[in-house]
Amino acid sequence: MNPFEYAPALESTSIVTIAERYKLFINGKFVAPRSGKYFPTINPATGKTLSQIAEANAADVDLAVKAAREAYAKVWSKLSASERGKYLFRIARILQERAREFAVLETLDNGKPIRESRDTDIPLVAAHFFYHAGWADKLNFAGVGEQPKPYGVVGQIIPWNFPMLMLAWKVAPALATGNTVVLKPAETTSLTALLFAEVCQQAGLPAGVVNIVTGAGATGATLVNHPGIDKIAFTGSTDVGKLIATAIAGTKKSATLELGGKAANIIYDDAAIDEAVEGIVNGIFFNQGHVCCAGSRLLVQENIADEVLEKLKVRMSHIRLGNPLDKNTDIGAINSAAQLAKIRELSAAGEAEGAERWSPPCELPTDGFWFAPTIFTGVSQTHRIAREEIFGPVLSVLTFRTPQEAIEKANNTPYGLSAGIWSEKGSKILWTASKLRAGVIWANTFNKFDPASPFGGYKESGWGREGGRHGLAAYLKAGK
Amino acid sequence: MIIDSSESSLKAFLQTLPRVDEVGVNARAAMLATRSIKTSSKEWAIDTAISMVDLTTLEGADTPGKVRAICAKAVRPDATDLSVPSVGAVCVYNDMVHIARSTLDQIGGKAIPVAAVATAFPSGRASFAVKAQDTMDAINAGAAEIDMVIDRGAFLSGRYGEVFDEIVKIKELCGEKAHLKVILETGELVTLDNVRKASYLAMLAGADFIKTSTGKVSPAATAPVVLVMLEAVRDYFGMTKVRIGVKPAGGIRNTKDAIKQLVLVNEVAGPEWLTPQLFRIGASALLNDLLLQRMKMRDGYYASPSYVTLD
Repeated sequence: MNPFEYAPALESTSIVTIAERYKLFINGKFVAPRSGKYFPTINPATGKTLSQIAEANAADVDLAVKAAREAYAKVWSKLSASERGKYLFRIARILQERAREFAVLETLDNGKPIRESRDTDIPLVAAHFFYHAGWADKLNFAGVGEQPKPYGVVGQIIPWNFPMLMLAWKVAPALATGNTVVLKPAETTSLTALLFAEVCQQAGLPAGVVNIVTGAGATGATLVNHPGIDKIAFTGSTDVGKLIATAIAGTKKSATLELGGKAANIIYDDAAIDEAVEGIVNGIFFNQGHVCCAGSRLLVQENIADEVLEKLKVRMSHIRLGNPLDKNTDIGAINSAAQLAKIRELSAAGEAEGAERWSPPCELPTDGFWFAPTIFTGVSQTHRIAREEIFGPVLSVLTFRTPQEAIEKANNTPYGLSAGIWSEKGSKILWTASKLRAGVIWANTFNKFDPASPFGGYKESGWGREGGRHGLAAYLKAGK
Repeated sequence: MIIDSSESSLKAFLQTLPRVDEVGVNARAAMLATRSIKTSSKEWAIDTAISMVDLTTLEGADTPGKVRAICAKAVRPDATDLSVPSVGAVCVYNDMVHIARSTLDQIGGKAIPVAAVATAFPSGRASFAVKAQDTMDAINAGAAEIDMVIDRGAFLSGRYGEVFDEIVKIKELCGEKAHLKVILETGELVTLDNVRKASYLAMLAGADFIKTSTGKVSPAATAPVVLVMLEAVRDYFGMTKVRIGVKPAGGIRNTKDAIKQLVLVNEVAGPEWLTPQLFRIGASALLNDLLLQRMKMRDGYYASPSYVTLD
C-alpha cells in the first residue's frame, strides 16, 4: 500500500454547457436536420449519454455544400488575403480564451485525460490557427508559384482520436488558403466541433465559410460523392481511405488522405535508456494509443532488450489509468465499444499466436470502455499484432541484432507514417532516418507536433502532407 | 559491480552507464510537475515533508543563540500545534554541532540527529588532512550525519579515483557513528551525464545519501537533477539490493516545490523512498511555508506569516 496515494483531483465540468440536442451548422446558423434524425453521443468513461446529435442526410449535405459554394463565390474569394488572416487570428484568440471549456468538453466526449486535452490538444489547436493566420497573405511564398488559387469548396472528414486538433489541422489551412469548408466530425466526438461552430459565430466569420454536418459513415460518403465538392481532405482508417480514393477516381476532385500507421520505435543499444523508455511510453500510451503515428512496434536491440523491458515494466507500473477528468490521469477511456472490441480481438489474436502478454496491476473502472496498458513480448513479424493497426494501448515488442535488420523490419509494413530512433550517436540517427520509409521520423523523442512541421505518410499511410509550408500545397492550385 | 577501485576500472564502469538525454529528462520532470496533489494526499505530503526537512543554518553569522533557536523549532515546528511532526535533522557547521546536540538533548529532541557539513564545505578546496580533521571534529562533537562535498575539480578533470578515494576515507572516519551524505554540487557539474556519473561514484564509494548541492551554488536542486539522482538510487538498488537516500538541497522554498519533490520520489524511485531514512530536503525557509499550508488545510484560510515563528 502506497502511503502517497493521490487523492482525486477532478477538473470541474461547470465551465461547459451541453445542450440536450445539437443541430447542424449550415450557412452560419444552427439548423434542424432535414433527416429529422438524431443519434446519441456518450461519455466513454461512464457510458452515459451526453447529448443527441443531428444526423445529416443527403439533403442536409447538399444544403451545406451549396452554402459553402455561395460563401466561396460571393464572400470569401472576394476578401483580401489579410482580411482572411484577421478572421483566423480572431478564431485563434477565442480558442485560447475558451481553452479550458474546449479541453473539458473534449475529455467528456472523447475519454482522453484532461492533462492531454489541456496541455497538448487545445494549445496545439490554437497554435495551428495562429500559424495559418500568418500564412493567409503570404501564399506567394508557399512554394506553389505566384498567386496560387484555392480549390473552392473542400469536404473534410476527421476522426475521433483528436477531434479538435484534427479539425484545426483541416480547417485552419483550408481557410487561410481561401477555401470554404464542409466538415464532418466523427460520430462519437462531434461536440467540440459544434462548440467550434459557436466560435465561428463569435468571430463573425461570414456565413457559409465553415459548415459542420454531423453523422456517421453514410453522411461522410454523401459528402465525398457530392458533385459540388472540389477537394476531399480525410483523416481516418486506411480502409475508408481506399473507399474514398475509389469513389473520387475519375472525377475532378483531388484528395489528401491521412491514414493508418504501424510505426517502428527503434531503440539502439547506445540510446539514453531511461529517456528511451519514457519515449516508448509516450509513443504508445499517449491518448490511449489512439494515435495514427503511435510507436506501436517497439524494435529494441537484442543485447539491451531485457534491461529495456525491465525498466519499461517498472515505468508502466506508475501509469495512472482512470477518470479522464482527474488531473493525474495518464490513460483515459477507450473511445467506443466498437474500438474496445477491436483492441480486445487483436490482443486475443496476439496471445493465440504465441506472444507473451503483460500488463501492470491495474484496476479498470466498471462503467465505460477501458483497456489496461499492455505489452506483448516475443512478437514475430508474422503476428497480426505486428502488422495490423491496433489503435489502442498495446505495444508489440520485437528485437533486432544490427542496424540493417532494424531498418528492414521497420520498413516491412504496408504503412509508413512515422518512426522513432533512439541513439546518442548522431551519425547513426541520420543514417537510419535516411533509410526509413516513413513520413515523420522522431529522433530521441516521440509524438511531437508543431504546426510548422509537415505531417503525412508513405505507402498506405496516405497522400499529401498537413502542416507547414508543405501542408498549404494541399489546398492550393499552382499559380503562375 | 566494479573490479576494483582503481582509476581505470572506475572510468570503465562510469563509461558503461547509459547517457542522459537532457531534453527527455526535462520533459518528464515537467510532466510530473503537473501532478495535482489535493486534500488527504496533500495533508500526508505536508507532514511527510516536514519530517524530511534537514533544518539548516549555514551562515558565517551563525551563533549559539541562532543554533539553539532552530533546534527548538526542529523539535516543535509549531508551538501551538503539537501534532506537527519534528523535522528530520538539524544541519549546521561543525563548530556548532555540540551546541545543537546539547540543546536538542535538553529540549526533548534526542531522536533528532545533528548533521554537520564537512570536508571544507562548501568548496572542498583543502588538503585531505584538513577535510579529515573537519569530519572528525564534527563526529566527536556528536554529529550523527556528515554532509561532505566531493572534489568537483578532480571530478571535472576526470580524476575519478581521487574523488572516490576521498569518499571512501571519509566513510571510514564516519564508521558506525555517522551516516554519510555526499554532496555532488550539481550546479558545478552542470550536465546530467555528470550528475549520473557522480551519483554512481558516490554510491560505489559508500555514500548513505547522495545530495544535490551545498545551497551556496545556483542552480541547486532542480527537478531534472533530482530525477536523475532518483533513477540512480533506483537502479543501484536493482543491482545491489541496497537503498541509498537522496537529499535535494537549495532552492526548495515552498510547499508546492516540496510536494513536487515527493511526487518525483514516488514515481521515479518508488514509494519505498518516501521516508526520512531515504529522503531529506535541505532547507531553511521551506519549513514555515509547510506550516502555513498545514494551517490552511486545517483552518480553511491562509494565516499571516506572523503566525509562524522566524526560527
